[in-house]
Amino acid sequence: MVRLFASAHMSSSTAQDAEAPGRRQRWLSLLAKAPSTRLEALWSGIDRVPSYTMLRRPEIGLVMVQGRISGSGDPFCAGEMTVTRAAVRLQGGQIGIGYVGGRKPRQAEIVAAIDALGHLPQWHEEIAAKIVTPLAAEAEAHRHLVAARAAATKVDFFTVAREAGT
Amino acid sequence: MYVAVKGGETAIAHSLDLVADKRRGDRGIAEVSLDQIDQQLGLAVDRVMTEGSCYDRALAALAIKQARGDLIEAIFLLRAYRTTLPRFGDSEPLDTSRMVAERRISSTFKDVPGGQVLGPTYDYTHRLLDFSLAAAGERPAAPTAPADMAPSLPRVGDILEREGMLEPPPDAGGPAHDLTRQPLVMPAARPVRLQNLARGDEGFLLALGYSTQRGYGNNHPFVGEIRFGSVPVSFVPEELGFAIEIAEIDVTECDMVNQFAGSQDVPPQFTRGYGLAFGHAERKAMAMALVDRALRAEELSEAVASPAQDEEFVLAHSDNVEASGFVQHLKLPHYVDFQSELVVVRALRAEVEARNPDAALSQAAE
Repeated sequence: MVRLFASAHMSSSTAQDAEAPGRRQRWLSLLAKAPSTRLEALWSGIDRVPSYTMLRRPEIGLVMVQGRISGSGDPFCAGEMTVTRAAVRLQGGQIGIGYVGGRKPRQAEIVAAIDALGHLPQWHEEIAAKIVTPLAAEAEAHRHLVAARAAATKVDFFTVAREAGT
Repeated sequence: MYVAVKGGETAIAHSLDLVADKRRGDRGIAEVSLDQIDQQLGLAVDRVMTEGSCYDRALAALAIKQARGDLIEAIFLLRAYRTTLPRFGDSEPLDTSRMVAERRISSTFKDVPGGQVLGPTYDYTHRLLDFSLAAAGERPAAPTAPADMAPSLPRVGDILEREGMLEPPPDAGGPAHDLTRQPLVMPAARPVRLQNLARGDEGFLLALGYSTQRGYGNNHPFVGEIRFGSVPVSFVPEELGFAIEIAEIDVTECDMVNQFAGSQDVPPQFTRGYGLAFGHAERKAMAMALVDRALRAEELSEAVASPAQDEEFVLAHSDNVEASGFVQHLKLPHYVDFQSELVVVRALRAEVEARNPDAALSQAAE
């Protein structure tokens, strides 16, 4: 099973697309972290999606999350999290996989389908414009909001001397 | 001795129905939804995920609803559910320096890089009941301020570490032993102890941590740093061979810094205890860090004299699923066990009475 995936990946990720692994990694990470309803909405905006077969039906399982002692030392098992994975194959043989935190079968399938389309350069522009770019912007905006709300609670120390106006 | 006893099926079935009825409560009052539990009882969800040792907000909310708010029962439900799922593998170790922190404080340095960010905390509330919450009504959104979007938040520990004043954490490498796969063997390595404590009961660890502060194995702690926020989880799928981020999860981290006079091998410096919990669970992370440090007594050539320093005592009793199971099994029928003990005690009494009728009589009179 593993070998099948690996060889399919090698043959379909073309040599001319030298940035493929980096892009694939970025896309898979962004799609996995996206809110599932949002990803579904954006995916439904893609026309003429090629048909695909499920290579691995969405499957829910666990990943053991590792922490590190004092944040930077030896790893330890901090606790598990639920994860859903799926794999699809396009008619041309391109294989896509999806790993998504939580119990989200539909999202894992969509991620896998997008990952498979990522092997076809003619799809890059549309996926980037209609799915990846909006999701990246929304994730960044969310990050900003969280940080901005935290920043409002940052302590502004001032000395007693300054309070007294000296 | 066990003797098979039949009966009670109908009573049990009706008891389950009654639990379901009680769970629903007054039908005239709206039923609580999982989203409401997730959003409005979020700290209960965090505790159930941490001690249930399974990060899934919706599952934890369901467990809380099913257990009618009994969090230890909910933890049990979540632990039971996780055993039905396959394991895909281990994540890459979390990099908490990449946290988007909602809260970050240090009680050792006022001017830490990144500042003292209070975030959502009960620390500065007056603990007066807020009756305005008894009435429905929208709340204003929290205020915002310009934020520093630095990609990483430096650790307070790193500052002291660079000066040689603080021990660096152990970094021997190698995969972590997993208590869900291999049984607990004592003496346990520190990663194993940390996994045990991370799953451990908050109340138990809180009491043990408190006991160290009151003198039962005191180690003069300071909060080097507490941070809470979301961190990405990286995982290497077998099909890919490279890491992708599969989620962002909320965690609370506590790096406790402790005075240490030094030993034969180690110069005087500060030592550390570490705590990590899912969600926002500061009390748990702090208690865990105190107990982690206390359990290092032997490693640091300190006297092992108090409960919190006793690895066997702490690690064998920290799990509330095991503890509640063993305590609550006493409710199961022990009719035969008790009958046999009754026979023994009656025989003993008869013997004593036969030897000394007066003593038995005076005892009865009392």
